[in-house]
Amino acid sequence: MKLLTTRSKVVSDKKMTFLERIYIPAILKGMYITIRHFFGKKATISYPEQKREFSQVYRGQHVLKRDDQGRERCTACGLCAVACPAEAITMIAAERKPGEEHLYREEKYAAVYEINMLRCIFCGDCEEACPKDAIFLTDRIVASDYKRKPFIYGKDILVEPVDPDKRIDISARQTESVLKFKQDKRFAHNK
Amino acid sequence: MDWTILIYKTIFLFIILFVTLLVAMYSTYGERKVAAFMQDRRGPNRAGPFGLFQPLADGVKMFMKEEIIPLTANKKLFILGPSIAMTTALLTGVVIPWGATLKIGGREFSMQIADLNIGILYVFAMVSIGVYGIMIGGWASNNKYALYGAIRAASQMISYELAMGMSIVALILTTGSLSLHEIVEQQQGMHWNIFYQPLGFLIFLTCAFAETNRAPFDLPECETELIGGYHTEYSSMKLGFYLFAEYINMFVSSAVIATLYFGGYNMPFIDQLGLSPNTVTLLGTAFFFLKIFGMIFLFMWIRWTLPRFRYDQLMNLGWKGLIPLAIFNIFVTGVYYFFTELT
Repeated sequence: MKLLTTRSKVVSDKKMTFLERIYIPAILKGMYITIRHFFGKKATISYPEQKREFSQVYRGQHVLKRDDQGRERCTACGLCAVACPAEAITMIAAERKPGEEHLYREEKYAAVYEINMLRCIFCGDCEEACPKDAIFLTDRIVASDYKRKPFIYGKDILVEPVDPDKRIDISARQTESVLKFKQDKRFAHNK
Repeated sequence: MDWTILIYKTIFLFIILFVTLLVAMYSTYGERKVAAFMQDRRGPNRAGPFGLFQPLADGVKMFMKEEIIPLTANKKLFILGPSIAMTTALLTGVVIPWGATLKIGGREFSMQIADLNIGILYVFAMVSIGVYGIMIGGWASNNKYALYGAIRAASQMISYELAMGMSIVALILTTGSLSLHEIVEQQQGMHWNIFYQPLGFLIFLTCAFAETNRAPFDLPECETELIGGYHTEYSSMKLGFYLFAEYINMFVSSAVIATLYFGGYNMPFIDQLGLSPNTVTLLGTAFFFLKIFGMIFLFMWIRWTLPRFRYDQLMNLGWKGLIPLAIFNIFVTGVYYFFTELT
């Protein structure tokens, strides 16, 4: 018979010997195992002080990027909302008024842009669908909360600050292989 | 009436009460730490340094919880249950000799609250009453799981008390006294009873696990089958009392085991050091507590190693395993002393 794992044991219903029946050797053996673990290395990572290293392609909280002049890149085309399998993204588009050129890059912009973080599955399809390179998933963790309401992230949370020093770094997961993968249209999920 | 003795005993009584509660409190912390370490975790470490304030936080939580008495429960008995469990658990500590004698101002003060000449029997009596706390609590809850837990507790405790008593009979044959103080005095140096009664010790230890309702004998309160057993319906500090009583019981039975089998407050080679009598006494007490903590650790170690017994296995072990073994132990001890005393 082919064994499925290397750790499997053949069991039998043979009569137990005297030593096995008084259990004490088996108990001592068990106690030896537990005491070894007692002094062994702990698997826990004490979270807020000590952070686990993320995978290179970790997908966390979204960011809405600005361009080099501090204008919002998003034009409220709605492709991300269409691509979203969890239907977490909603937006309301608005027309840019004269004098707002320094705020929005194109004539149309998102007046309201909301992502429901409880619905979001962090698949990254929105990022891939975006023709303007406006939305990205970063390596930031979505904070926990007690109520449902605060999980609907609006533009106040999503859009990055204008200050060039406070921009959100998205380079962590834009590795070479990821970029190459994105350029290959055969793997694109939204045709 | 000698007032100094009365005042001394009262103060000592409160010290023992305080120490018992403190040890029981930190046993809960210790248990969680031991459990965590054995499972490659870290255990409570947020409340205070190394999580040392965790028991306080737990206590506050217990007090703040809503107190629920089920409509169908028998109210008086429902309250009586945890009270009995707690009281009997605390009463057992009275006869344990916590140390030798202190000499203050030319007078001798014994580090034992009451040196009963039937000390062991007193311990047994208290442990036996302790089962009423669980039984009454389980019965008064008017809940089938609680009742199951109570029935299991009662039958388990009665079964294992027999073997426990018999293992003690063999011990008494060697010591010739029921007084805990005398038993300790006889074990000076390294004449610990465990070397004379190894089989009796094993039986006593197993029964002590069963009597304190701890794994692998925690059938009365197994979470998985009986959702808490006899304290299913309990909440708030009444539940706290039950859980606390269990830890006090563990502390006291560790103390009893240390007294009976590990020489109590006797420290080997202490007489050669030439220290003053009071220092020796205090060192002895410290050593006694070290033994107790060692026993408590053994209790926890066993708990996080062994799985729970099945009910028929429990009864098999008690009636078919330990009781014949205990009788055999009495027989061997008796024959030995019969022949050594003839010559």
